[in-house]
Amino acid sequence: MSSLNIAVLSGGISHEREVSLRSGRRVADALTARGHNVTIIDPDASLFATLKNLNPDVVWPALHGSSGEDGAVLDLLHAAGYNYVGPSAAAARLAWSKPVAKTLVSRAGVRTAPSITVAREAFRELGAGSVLELIASELGNHVVVKPASGGSAQGVSIVTKAEDLPRAMVDAFTYNDVALVEKFIAGTEVAVTVTDSASGASALPAVEIVPLDGVYSFEARYNAGETTFYVPARVSTEVSAKISEAAVSVHETLGLSQLSRIDLIVDEAGEPWFLEANSLPGLTETSSAPLAIEASGVELGQLYEALARAAAN
Amino acid sequence: MYVAENNVTGQGINLDPWFNHYASRSAGLSASEVRALFAVASRPEVVSLAGGMPYVRALPESLVNGALEKVMKDNGPMAMQYGSGQGIPALREQILEIMALEGISASVDDVVVTTGSQQALDLVTKLFIDPGDVILAEAPSYVGAIGVFRSYQADVVHVLMDENGLIPEKLREAIAEVKASGRTIKFLYTIPNFHNPAGVTLSAERRPEILEICQSNGILILEDNPYGLLSFEEDVPPAIRSLNEDGVIYLGSFSKTLAPGFRVGWALAPHAIREKLVLAAEAAILCPSSFSQMVISEYLSQADWKGQIETFRGVYKERRDAMLEALEEHLPDLSWNVPNGGFYIWCSLPENLDSKAMLPRAVTELVAYTPGTAFFADGGGRQNLRLSFCYPTPENIKIGIRRLATVIRGELDLLADFAGTGSLTAAAGEDNVIAPPPDLS
Repeated sequence: MSSLNIAVLSGGISHEREVSLRSGRRVADALTARGHNVTIIDPDASLFATLKNLNPDVVWPALHGSSGEDGAVLDLLHAAGYNYVGPSAAAARLAWSKPVAKTLVSRAGVRTAPSITVAREAFRELGAGSVLELIASELGNHVVVKPASGGSAQGVSIVTKAEDLPRAMVDAFTYNDVALVEKFIAGTEVAVTVTDSASGASALPAVEIVPLDGVYSFEARYNAGETTFYVPARVSTEVSAKISEAAVSVHETLGLSQLSRIDLIVDEAGEPWFLEANSLPGLTETSSAPLAIEASGVELGQLYEALARAAAN
Repeated sequence: MYVAENNVTGQGINLDPWFNHYASRSAGLSASEVRALFAVASRPEVVSLAGGMPYVRALPESLVNGALEKVMKDNGPMAMQYGSGQGIPALREQILEIMALEGISASVDDVVVTTGSQQALDLVTKLFIDPGDVILAEAPSYVGAIGVFRSYQADVVHVLMDENGLIPEKLREAIAEVKASGRTIKFLYTIPNFHNPAGVTLSAERRPEILEICQSNGILILEDNPYGLLSFEEDVPPAIRSLNEDGVIYLGSFSKTLAPGFRVGWALAPHAIREKLVLAAEAAILCPSSFSQMVISEYLSQADWKGQIETFRGVYKERRDAMLEALEEHLPDLSWNVPNGGFYIWCSLPENLDSKAMLPRAVTELVAYTPGTAFFADGGGRQNLRLSFCYPTPENIKIGIRRLATVIRGELDLLADFAGTGSLTAAAGEDNVIAPPPDLS
């Protein structure tokens, strides 16, 4: 088959720039090794002029965080007439907002942790003390506080004591004006990569995540060795099927396509709970999606090439 | 229980098979959220007040090109060959002339040329520090030095400064406390001129006193002076090394007075230490770059290097003034020092603001700074930040400070919303001493 002219977008000015640069380089290396002509572009004001000159067969937006996963660049690529690897901008937007994704996923029957989504303004209007009290009475003191959008665990805190909640809220609001507070669900953290093929969406083997210090923080994600992965996850066949079913359900409910990663917690009873969906998942050397792909028996470059060809057509 | 203890369907994967093999001194060499945020600061949309890159565009290319061409024409093979581990003699002679500007007289034999003064810092630390030894350093201190000290597993004990630099009484107290704890102090690390990050200069009156305190306690002084020639007003007082040659190792650099790309600095050390430094340098890198040394030597011979330093002073003074003016206009509630030279302004934030926790908001607003925590080995500095005026243009400095004002207002508003709800002190975290990458503007 003929080689493709592929533009990999990586970098940008989101908080996850560094992660995106790593993902982009790995994708580019894998596609180059398959004989494709790959150009890495750090999107800036000259992006569309550069793309015009390059005239790629397909664009691979390895952009994490805002402007990539919020759908903005995807919408613009579509408007400019480029084929790209990734979901529709609309699907990306749904996944980007953790509270919106949760609501949709919950309606589709996947378990989600009890939560409260609260904008910064609410604390001002209603008084921080009473809002914090309500959060604690509704969700208890063991909660996870997250910015309403964003990845790589940036701005995320696990709170175990009521007195730590205010600072956790402040840290989340430093990233985003809306925060999601979820009841902590104890269990095993798994990341499930979902791919599309002609026969529909399918889940790759779940990757069980065991961070050395117990929390899958930014540091645990991007320092090789700080986390042990089990692929496939150490669960029974029955639980494995439930995990796959939940992941595919999330992927389809949000309208994600080609390649997504669905993060879940599996509780003591073996039931999966939805954490978040990643429409342009990390593909770095320490990311879980490449592990899942390799565990499925497919070579990384082979899958990336198939995705690029599918998008190009 | 769904997880079978003996389930063999899953296989544990550690992505770094050597993870358990690293030396304990490598602790802290890891990716961090703060470092990742610095990656965004390198984008042109962001006004970075975080890094410490000299403004080398103020160095006319013709000045260097002439030297470069002459070296290759006259001595090309030698420039491309290994050289002496101590550095080429001609350059060491010229280094003596430079140090004479700050009152130092020395023998050319006691100068060791290094790959930037950063390497000299590393070699000196390697020579003197066993794990657990104490290094005294100003509070705050240079992040790159703290990184070196940590890598040799030193305990850094900070000593307070005021507007006149290191406080002698605080130095005495720190020495007494460390001695009482039974630990060994190996040296005092000090940046006496236009301190990085604090911007202050050790007064002439205090220099002999600091020296006397160290002498009477058997403590070596490591005097790091990359910025001394970059004064905006009066010259700095004579170097501590000019007062004593046996108890002081002096570090100098061409990175700020010429260009950091050459990677050439030096150490001037007492004879016995110098002998070991040369051997340690040879063990580490064999020799510093012959090419860089010869080009610098030719530049110093042919070009008006003192005039060029005057040019740099003018550029940096204009930028400092722009930053001070913008701070006055946009952030009158902050407190900061007025440096009379160098690259940096050290700011104190209003109560409860945490410079490290605030950095994501700054990056969102397209401005970057270095959190004060980077300059303390003991977790201090949360309420401080370092602003660099060396690289951005005066116009960009004004834009950057305006954006920083928006960030600080936003953070203050947020904290005000949560006032009275309990402690808003950020969790300590382990990734405090995060240096901006060297190529960050």
